Amino acid sequence: MAADEQYIFKPEAKRKISILFGVGVLLFVLGIIMAMNSGGHHEGADHGSVEVAKNLVASTDQESGHAAGHEAAEGHHGSPVWLKRIYSSLWHNNIFFAGIGIIGLFFVAIQYAAQAGWSAPIKRIPLAMGQWIPIAGVLMLIIWFVAKGDLFHWTHHDLYDPQSADYDKILDQKSVYFFWLGSKGGFPTFYILRMVAFFSLWYWFYTLIKKQMLAEDLEGGTQYWYSTRKLSAIFLVIFAVSSSVAAWDWVMSIDPHWFSTMFGWYVFASWWVTGLATITLIVVNLKDAGYLKMVNANHLHDLGKFVFAFSVFWTYIWFSQFMLIYYANIPEETVYFIERLKHAPYSWVFYANLILNFVLPFLLLMTRDAKRHVAMLKVVCPIVIVGHWFDFYNMVTPGVMQYNGGVGFLEIGLACIFFALFLWVALSALSKMPLVAKNHPMMEESLNHHI
Amino acid sequence: MSSTSENFLVGIFDDEDILLHGVEGIRGKGVKIHEVYTPFPVHGLDEALGYKRSRLPIAAFLFGLTGTSLALTMQIWMLGFDWPMIIGGKNFVSLPPFIPVTFELTVLLAALGMVATFFIVSDMKPYKTPRSYDIRSTDDKHVMAIDLAANKLSKEEIGQILKANGASEVNEKNF
Repeated sequence: MAADEQYIFKPEAKRKISILFGVGVLLFVLGIIMAMNSGGHHEGADHGSVEVAKNLVASTDQESGHAAGHEAAEGHHGSPVWLKRIYSSLWHNNIFFAGIGIIGLFFVAIQYAAQAGWSAPIKRIPLAMGQWIPIAGVLMLIIWFVAKGDLFHWTHHDLYDPQSADYDKILDQKSVYFFWLGSKGGFPTFYILRMVAFFSLWYWFYTLIKKQMLAEDLEGGTQYWYSTRKLSAIFLVIFAVSSSVAAWDWVMSIDPHWFSTMFGWYVFASWWVTGLATITLIVVNLKDAGYLKMVNANHLHDLGKFVFAFSVFWTYIWFSQFMLIYYANIPEETVYFIERLKHAPYSWVFYANLILNFVLPFLLLMTRDAKRHVAMLKVVCPIVIVGHWFDFYNMVTPGVMQYNGGVGFLEIGLACIFFALFLWVALSALSKMPLVAKNHPMMEESLNHHI
Repeated sequence: MSSTSENFLVGIFDDEDILLHGVEGIRGKGVKIHEVYTPFPVHGLDEALGYKRSRLPIAAFLFGLTGTSLALTMQIWMLGFDWPMIIGGKNFVSLPPFIPVTFELTVLLAALGMVATFFIVSDMKPYKTPRSYDIRSTDDKHVMAIDLAANKLSKEEIGQILKANGASEVNEKNF
């Protein structure tokens, strides 16, 4: 049987993460200063962008034309550009890392529901990642209340007042989705309820599943495996619905006039492959540090296949969404991609997204050997993680910043800060439980795993 | 024993564990094994026989690449040059609508090419009568064929080695 292993969160690792955090803070502050100083230039660009947006929608029908023009004009009476940029980046990073955390739990649940044996020695790593869920939830609520006016156009009450010049018929018709149980344009009760409910449910299931898994360490027997499988199955049903609705709420509603029926899948696919790459990256790094002795090339192969397969899956979803909109050519839908294709930095992020998240993982992980070797996984996983960070960047930023967005020290610094915090939380959670399950009924199967 | 025929010594094994150890022992004695036939897949047999990994994936990749380029060339030539058509107001040569066809042809050629390669490499062709070293390999026996021409040891020596390594019977088979 497997030897007991305990991860120790060493001061050396803590120092490295602190340095990452420090560098992040430094870049972030530098980025803010730069963004504040270049405010005048961006103000000019803002006027231009309104023109662009108005031309863009000139050919569309009256209603959506009015709406999009209004949205672009929003830049005038919101927060200053640099502050909006901070809000936008905070929201983007929080969505991204919330996803990695929740995917930790989702991965564990999938393993139990599928009765998978191979993953028995590595399940503690995604489990530890799930520790980020409550933090992400609290951060999301705080950021939402601080930045709602700048992030979400639909929060402005003028839009729902037929007397107002800003009255927006489309959003008025959609308003029940946000404001149900409250008054239109007021506090979005339904929306906030969903946000709180999703994080509470996810965290609740996280604690339940974790409790079962850790109880198994102490007492053994198969009953914990069965109870975890039951919880996992229930969680997966809840997650199927909540992840989709969360994608509409937190990401798609940034562009409230636009909609895509694939969006729930799209956000999930992006989260899922990022989570898989993160799990793989932590596993190979722990292995390099001398932990996880029973993990061999066969287990790495399975993780590599996961990253490879779901990179292709993401591409499939991406393409399905893009092609339908491209081919149907309906202005209220194409405006989303035109915004992202016609203007830097979104345009280069748009193409980099495809290269980083499809071309590179597809070609680099194609052979069997590539999936079985630590060196290649260490190259591909960071590419996938960075690639999907850019993917989420392009989902969030253009809708918030219109044509004033950028990828600079501010965004990169904030990503470093979030990444350092996430790693700290995940690794300290990992150090508080046995690194490898002690009485997992499928451990023997996993030790003999051979593909 | 005529010189035109091929002479084989056939070892019959009752159990896959005995077979696996037998393969190691027999190869350890320097006997070259022609092929082993089992009624069901035996894990670790490929490694024990010292088979290298199949290069079929490389063939698949090349066939897939052929499919990709064929599909793109075909569509660009047809819709861009030979018979340009305006579809949905798009450019004649616009990549996104070409992708589904490209994907399908890539998969089709990779799959068909792989099957064809496998059949050719395995020497499986129509009207070919398969060789059966012992018909019981389709029922409950593991059958090991040893080509006597490929081995320096005599028939008797190899027969003894087979017996010593767990073969329940040793037969001769000529084709």
